[in-house]
Amino acid sequence: MTNNQIMFFIFSAIIVVFSVLTVTSRRILRAATFLLFVLVSTAGLYFMLRFNFLAAIQLTLYAGGIVVLIIFSILLTSQVGAKLELPGLTKKIFALLAAAAGATLCIYTILQYKFPETAIISGRTNIDDIGKALVNTGKFGYALPFEVISILLLAAMIGSIVIAKKRKD
Amino acid sequence: MFEGVPLTWFLIVATLMFFIGIYGFLVRKNLITILMSLELILNSVNINFVAFNKLLYPQHLEGMFFTVFIIAVAAAEASVAIAIIINIYRRLVNIDVEKMEEMKY
Repeated sequence: MTNNQIMFFIFSAIIVVFSVLTVTSRRILRAATFLLFVLVSTAGLYFMLRFNFLAAIQLTLYAGGIVVLIIFSILLTSQVGAKLELPGLTKKIFALLAAAAGATLCIYTILQYKFPETAIISGRTNIDDIGKALVNTGKFGYALPFEVISILLLAAMIGSIVIAKKRKD
Repeated sequence: MFEGVPLTWFLIVATLMFFIGIYGFLVRKNLITILMSLELILNSVNINFVAFNKLLYPQHLEGMFFTVFIIAVAAAEASVAIAIIINIYRRLVNIDVEKMEEMKY
């Protein structure tokens, strides 16, 4: 067993266990903390695949930004010690059935399909290439989605300020 | 195969995470926990993109850029959703999906 396989097993075990805890925990603040663990070990998987820039984005934006936003809104909207009420048994059974059926189908299809073997270029991605591709308009350039995403972020920012603002009645 | 780890292993982990997110999305009643399940779903899709990028087309960077854009969209979506949740809480003093029926009928 190589080091990479051991690392992969550790990260994937953390991901699966804490994902289950995120959706089943009855204390909402704990669920948010478990979500943080899932996101951090996903960043670990990205580091393992040598996507250092992407892992840094994952850590700062997801683990640093979104989780803090969720925890703030939990503190604003619910009592910290309060437990969530349990879902009904029928609902639980049918949700479990739907999820299990989908997961079985997908995993079966993945195991059946023969993916081609390609030679892996080891070494990390160059940060220069990422920067040049983000502002390039030619082939393999991402200038248009970059601009569209900046407009989306501006619209989301203005929208959330307007929605959450107190109204003067 | 990435130094001993085949592509299917990544895909299986992402699939499990996706359907755990679906389960949470169906079962939970609190709006914020539903949002957290949604984050799990988006994150599992990101793992898929990155694994396909590295293990099938290592000379390109498409999967990485799609993941960056998905993360940006997820951040925008989370901020708008939380603004809506706070507004609902201010009006109805709870954020349970089954008790929000003001705009029904």
